Amino acid sequence: MVQINLPENSKVQKGKYYKDTTGSKNIRKVNIYRWDPSTGENPRVDTYEVDMDNCPSKVLDLLNKIKSEIDPSLAYRRSCAHGVCGSCAMNMDGKNGLACTTPHSEIEGDINIYPLPHLKVKRDLIGDLNGLYKQYQSIEPWLKTNTKVETTEIIQSKKDREKLDGAYECIMCACCSTSCPSYWWNGDKYLGPAVLLQAYRWIVDSRDDERKERLKKVADELKLYRCHTIMNCTNACPKGLNPAKAIAELKKMLVTANL
Amino acid sequence: MSAYKIIDHEYDVIVLGAGGSGLRAAVGLSEAGLKTACISKVFPTRSHTSAAQGGISAALGNMGEDDWRWHMYDTVKGADWLGDQDSIEYLCKEAPKAVIELEKYGVPFSRTDDGKIYQRPFGGMTKNYGNGIVQRTCAAADRTGHAILHTLYGQALKHNTEFFIEYFALDLIMKDGECKGLIAWNLNDGTIHRFRAHITIIATGGYGKVYYSATSAHTCTGDGNAMVLRAGLPLQDMEFVQFHPTGIYGHGTLISEGVRGEGGYLVNSKGERFMERYAPNAKDLASRDVVSRSMSIEINEGRGVGKEKDHVHLHLSHLDKNIIESRLPGITEAARLFANVDVTKEPIPVVPTVHYNMGGIPTNYKAEVLTVNGSEKTVPGLMAIGEAACVSVHGANRLGSNSLIDLVVFGRAAAMRAAELVKPGTPHEEVSETETEKCLARFDKLRNANGETSTAELRLSMQKIMQSKCAVFRTDKTLKEGVDEIRKVYDGMESISVKDKSLVFNTDLVETLEFDNLIRQAITTVDSAYNRKESRGAHAREDFPKRDDEKFMQHTIAWCNGKDTKIDYRPVHKTTLTNEVQYFPPQERVY
Repeated sequence: MVQINLPENSKVQKGKYYKDTTGSKNIRKVNIYRWDPSTGENPRVDTYEVDMDNCPSKVLDLLNKIKSEIDPSLAYRRSCAHGVCGSCAMNMDGKNGLACTTPHSEIEGDINIYPLPHLKVKRDLIGDLNGLYKQYQSIEPWLKTNTKVETTEIIQSKKDREKLDGAYECIMCACCSTSCPSYWWNGDKYLGPAVLLQAYRWIVDSRDDERKERLKKVADELKLYRCHTIMNCTNACPKGLNPAKAIAELKKMLVTANL
Repeated sequence: MSAYKIIDHEYDVIVLGAGGSGLRAAVGLSEAGLKTACISKVFPTRSHTSAAQGGISAALGNMGEDDWRWHMYDTVKGADWLGDQDSIEYLCKEAPKAVIELEKYGVPFSRTDDGKIYQRPFGGMTKNYGNGIVQRTCAAADRTGHAILHTLYGQALKHNTEFFIEYFALDLIMKDGECKGLIAWNLNDGTIHRFRAHITIIATGGYGKVYYSATSAHTCTGDGNAMVLRAGLPLQDMEFVQFHPTGIYGHGTLISEGVRGEGGYLVNSKGERFMERYAPNAKDLASRDVVSRSMSIEINEGRGVGKEKDHVHLHLSHLDKNIIESRLPGITEAARLFANVDVTKEPIPVVPTVHYNMGGIPTNYKAEVLTVNGSEKTVPGLMAIGEAACVSVHGANRLGSNSLIDLVVFGRAAAMRAAELVKPGTPHEEVSETETEKCLARFDKLRNANGETSTAELRLSMQKIMQSKCAVFRTDKTLKEGVDEIRKVYDGMESISVKDKSLVFNTDLVETLEFDNLIRQAITTVDSAYNRKESRGAHAREDFPKRDDEKFMQHTIAWCNGKDTKIDYRPVHKTTLTNEVQYFPPQERVY
């Protein structure tokens, strides 16, 4: 029988243990995936004992506390700190989410923090999203209109505008796509929920004049139909959006559209 | 410094920063056929433009009569007459065109019943020169910045703009007072890149992170401002820091002014709508400096709410549920996540929170950077736009929804001016290695800093000092303390420690470089504030409560070399750009 193993250099090893130095009675253990490409060493999981009496409520606060007070070498992305920029997407307690909106109190036991799954890691919690960004570009995320009107807006009814709700709010954090098993296996060809939601956003925009061309472009065995309605995407979305539904809508449109 | 591998690039124009203004400029430059690079320390859609909520101002007149001259008057008055009226005329006149252009790019604006762009009331926005409230702020629900940023990124992709993402800019390359490009560190692989360009456009945003409590993102560290200071050029009006009235208490998350635009109001511990006393006409929709000061007075006089009586309440539970759902969904989510509040039932605890920097890199309305040497002079090869720039259209206080319009109007203006100045493919002249060596010496010194004080400790000290000594209300005493104490933090850099010595995503070093940028701006801010002995807009001196037009209707111009500053002044432009509108002379500012 064939045995499948991880390559030696990608086996995750036990890392450093940072014991509490504050004497706090309220300590939690935080286990964090670490990898620095410049060392040539294997990835490891470091453990930090953190004083929770002086830590605000979100996982990002916890990471900032570790970085500021215990280990400045810990690398992760963060920016807005209130769930709109999408920088701090990571895997916490086995679930994808934004560190800045996830309360650590909702995690029981040790707090395990990993990069988003199935991305090439650049360092520590920083994943490589370039593949996803290229796919985003491939759906041509800009309005294509033949309107000749220059001086006023294109009229769009409230009802037509409502169709964009639940789609335009996407922050491209990639929590959905990196929670999708289909995307894990075929991430190079399957567009994945985040990008398909954006494809949908432009297809349903009443101002866009290339709906059919856009639909034709995604109507592909691999780009679209690798979605097997697993629904992890919708579960994972930290903004409460429903990419699975948008994908289902795309499939429905393709059945009914006369392309 | 031969230890660092340097990779050279040549472009017609480079844009530093990929938020709203940087992307708009990059789009225009690409359209003009200029070889353009856009460099950013974060992926474009992570930029802080995404956090703008309420909207973008433009006198479209979709919700009743409007006129760009009324918008201009409001902006001049909001700015407490410190804005340059030629620039303000340009901003307000170009605004409707810029919004229509955004709509054509695909921004999903909310709509009126007849399918036009929806506009909401906003603080300080009035009709007929201060006579009644006008609906001028164009909105995409309460996610306008997000919608604009993502749309502009799409446009940049459409035009095949070349991006250098997760590159941290270190310093400008200067030669004989002209800018020749910049040097940046590629976080992805640790290499150093030298970008040569005929024009460098700085679009790095604000520096809210000099304060402890700010609505600003962690990345709002004003890197471009600090690069300008290190290049021996001045910053302008740095004492004018806007406190947004409604940051969530204890967390700092922004709650849009759009909440008050849609009918929300502020209440003190006595259940009083106190803004009626301070601004009888505009009430809760007075401009931000006025509302923040009123809140601070309420709190200082013991009428704050909560255990510590240190904040007030923002009520919106009386609003129609459908309005909250369709027009304020984002703040509903933020209030739930960060204040544990259901806005349909309870008020949001709010407190004035640092939000915006009116000051920045001085420019004219064409986005060309200015310096003062006897009189105003442009700095060849250098432009600035967005929050990093001080055009100055916001003067002493920016009106809500005037920042998003500033981004796109002046982003476009910069691209147009650059296209006039640069012929595509013009060869680059030689620049000596001294600039590169100087830049890398600072980089290397910080990277190898082995002291005993962490960057985080120094940053925290700086933030606490700024928060307490350079706040909503200022006095000679607090500011003098600030001037002295902030320099001790600067001295602390001598013993700074950077534990991480690597070059790939070394965020310890990034934060240290950012701190080095922040501390220079903190010094410039507190020194500029100390020297302005009057009250104007966001700069409220308890010891000089009146505006002093005779002495101070001038822009502060401040140079900063290490911890030494030099303060000078330049007159406010008292002329308009065309005779389509007349100069608005100073008046008493009441709302």
